[in-house]
Amino acid sequence: MKHYIMILACCLFSIVYGQNCNYKLSGNVHDFHDGSAITGAVIYIKTLDRYTTTDIDGNYSIDNLCKGLLILEVSHLACDTKQIEIQINGDTQYDINMEHHIEELNQIKIDAQGNHKLTKTSQETQLKTKTLERFSAFSLGDALKQISGVSSINTGNTIVKPVINGLHSSRIVVLTNNVRLQDQEWGIEHAPNIDLNSAGYINVIKGANALAYGGDAIGGVIVLKPKNISLKDSLYGNTILGMQSNGRGPNISSTLTKSWKKGWYLTGQASYKIFGDFKTPDYYLTNTGMNSKGLSLNTGFKTFEKGFNVFYSYLNNEIGILRSSHIGNIEDLVNAINSEEPLVHNDFSYDINAPKQEITHQVFKTDFYKRFKKFGRLEIQYDFQNNQRFEYDIRVGDDKEKAALDLTLKTHTLKSDLKIDSNTNAIYKFGINAGFQNNFANPDTGVRRLIPDYDKYDFGIYAISELKLNENTNLDFGFRYDFNKINAKKFYLTSRWEERRYDEDFADIVIDDLGTQLLVNPVLTYHNISASAGITHQFNANNSVIFNYGLSNRAPNPSELFSDGLHHSAARIELGDLRIKQETSNRIGVSYLFKNEKLSLNLESYLNHIHDYIYIKPTGTETTIRGAFPVWEYLQTNALLYGLDVSANYKFNNQWYLNNKTAFIKGRNLTEKEALIDMPSFKTINAIGYSNKKWLNFKAELQSELVLKQNDYPDNNFEVYIPTTEESVLLDISSPPPTYHLMHFESDITVKLSEKSDLNIGLNITNIFNTSYREYLNRLRYFADDLGRNFMLQLKINY
Amino acid sequence: MKTLKNLSILFISALVFTACSSDDDNPEPVNEEEVITTLTATLVPVGGGTTITLQTQDLDGDGPNDPEITVSGALAANTTYNGTLELLNETESPAESINEEIEEEDEDHQFFFQITNSLATFTYDDFDEDGNPVGLEFTVTTDDTTGAGTLTITLRHEPSKSANGVSDGDITNAGGETDIQAVFSISVK
Repeated sequence: MKHYIMILACCLFSIVYGQNCNYKLSGNVHDFHDGSAITGAVIYIKTLDRYTTTDIDGNYSIDNLCKGLLILEVSHLACDTKQIEIQINGDTQYDINMEHHIEELNQIKIDAQGNHKLTKTSQETQLKTKTLERFSAFSLGDALKQISGVSSINTGNTIVKPVINGLHSSRIVVLTNNVRLQDQEWGIEHAPNIDLNSAGYINVIKGANALAYGGDAIGGVIVLKPKNISLKDSLYGNTILGMQSNGRGPNISSTLTKSWKKGWYLTGQASYKIFGDFKTPDYYLTNTGMNSKGLSLNTGFKTFEKGFNVFYSYLNNEIGILRSSHIGNIEDLVNAINSEEPLVHNDFSYDINAPKQEITHQVFKTDFYKRFKKFGRLEIQYDFQNNQRFEYDIRVGDDKEKAALDLTLKTHTLKSDLKIDSNTNAIYKFGINAGFQNNFANPDTGVRRLIPDYDKYDFGIYAISELKLNENTNLDFGFRYDFNKINAKKFYLTSRWEERRYDEDFADIVIDDLGTQLLVNPVLTYHNISASAGITHQFNANNSVIFNYGLSNRAPNPSELFSDGLHHSAARIELGDLRIKQETSNRIGVSYLFKNEKLSLNLESYLNHIHDYIYIKPTGTETTIRGAFPVWEYLQTNALLYGLDVSANYKFNNQWYLNNKTAFIKGRNLTEKEALIDMPSFKTINAIGYSNKKWLNFKAELQSELVLKQNDYPDNNFEVYIPTTEESVLLDISSPPPTYHLMHFESDITVKLSEKSDLNIGLNITNIFNTSYREYLNRLRYFADDLGRNFMLQLKINY
Repeated sequence: MKTLKNLSILFISALVFTACSSDDDNPEPVNEEEVITTLTATLVPVGGGTTITLQTQDLDGDGPNDPEITVSGALAANTTYNGTLELLNETESPAESINEEIEEEDEDHQFFFQITNSLATFTYDDFDEDGNPVGLEFTVTTDDTTGAGTLTITLRHEPSKSANGVSDGDITNAGGETDIQAVFSISVK
């Protein structure tokens, strides 16, 4: 039609004015980012069916043109073909911007090589979609254990918190779709509220070298990103169905994406899983079921130059906590530890009773970005998070169905990032963020608040430079400043206020005296400076090294500041301290990477000195009408952590391979001259794998997981008097469980269903020999064994 | 221009959100509802004599202060006492009796009495629907043994009353969680 009109128009013109076809169109084709000339771009003049190419300076010219509309198609390797309409009324000069798809190219590399990184000089590992899909029924913490040096601290097997090089909770920053998760991460039994099924990739950056994400990530940063959406007209999705024997739980997750070539996209994802009581080799773990519902929507528009994104996610988890772990006093704890089996273990059930937790986390995010010619990319983002946590204890009378803890944490963040990448050899990033957070502890629980009501204000700015010195050497520098202010209103028992000697140091913050309780208004401010520097050097095709340094500060979290009360699941009184200062980490990381056709080896070593490290330690006992309880206080010390993470892969041929992941870590309390508590013990995973493309893409792997007994631990055991037996016994809360060795198996095949769809069937067995074991970093190890054998069948359909 | 527009929309929405959630009200205090501050055992001798009361009182609950324990006097030898227990939450005023809650859920509660040096024997006088003991009412009997020792009164929540010896007052196999544990120094004269 267009052509027809044009021809008609040309004819009309020629009738009126006569033919004048001596005009010239010329110009320059250059790169959008840095304005550099694009050599060898092909220009196809659609209307005339003629071709030309740009010269070495990116110039082109087309002669003998008539008046009228020209349609050009400009194409170049790694650029999107661009269509341009130009009206010729005489000799015309027209410059063309091409969009060199550097980022998109990188994305393609992810799939081909699996080494797409967010930082250049950090110790960083990426987990890809395929790996994550295997963990569809599990948690973020479970999946991350695939990375050498990442372990977890558990409360049972459904509350799993990632530990990076020995550090966890507030020392780890989790980002989901570029939103920093604010979900009361301070507590050990508060697992990250993430539905793993909503993530396409996860990058783990060890240490505080990714300053764009936060300055207080002393342990590291976990970045979850949704799957890439390719810009073409299509509708695609996948569904994962799973069933496992242990916990007798089905799980389902489904994703559907509609994308348009013009840049619009819409993705919906939902997942559901349900588990009953899990089982050790010998008994059921009563009340360990869980029920999880997740939903996310992601929509927006993206082109190379600009785009926006609107994202919403909802996650609801109801998690049962081992019935036997709820105890009354120190005597119950002694009985529980000394009992071979948990004191309560019943038959299998899907019921979830108290003690349990129910958490709903919602994230709403919107962002907008624009690229500026010869300059860079500017992004602005606003996000809102609502975290609602209920914890139910075993209570009596009218309070039986009432939550013992009811916290609502609301967080608003506004941030802007600017990336100046016109010169690919020197990329600069700047960012600014401001946040407001409100915590509300509902008094209707009838239980004194564990965490008080507070308002928190955050402000941060950073600058990062990524310099490419030459083909083989990259150098990074970063600097960040953060300001945090907490304005809390907290009730203290007058007796506690005096016992803490706050009446001497904080008398001026008391705003109300209720007799037995005081209402106080602590306003605490913190200024944090972080810095990072790193260099990578590639010696040759096989050998490269990374060396980096990070300085970071972390302000104390509400739990470390305000805790004051009895923690039933641990049978201990936990006390925070308003005087706690921020902790400062100096971390050095050195990595050596080797890669040839058969062997890839990655050695990551680190040394982390933390000044004023905040930790919790038993300091005595207090007696209440319930009996005696150990008192655990938050204290500060100087700590040193160091270790080595190894991952190696050796391919014998196209079918057989060997894989090793080993992590060794030591943690020292320098002031007390003893080991640090809760350090992961030595762990090595060795696997032998086989794959054969001819047998329906068959893959199988046999894994051996060996975890040695932790021999370095602080001895916090103490003698307690047990009135009912009239004797003093040793309360052994320190001794780590013995060494254990587990075998696992996983396999899968892929069947092509049609041109565009396939079915993947996976069979996994964990703990093949049904070995009884307990893990040092599982808080329920005092009460029960860890999980026994589990068969898992997973069907995955891509369409 | 369009960019600016989008930016301003973002900013405004952020401000609106922030503005909504700020208020200056002080939070309300929480009075612990099911805290037990006080346990009083009253022992009335059958056929007359001095009534003995044993009390443990911990007004700051889980706070740092130890419970105050008082014993009104020595038990008489060769005497039978009718014993009752009273549990109070004195953080509320007037003080709230917890006895009722225990009576309502008597199958989930049991008191245990342990005394050293065989100074006395305890028998249960109240039972739940299944005929298992509760212990809010009990009988203490002393014989001609005299001397000093300790009496431990323990309240267990959700004990297994059917376990071996539990219904006879033996705590060894009771399990459950301790709600109260009070140790009194007593003597029999």
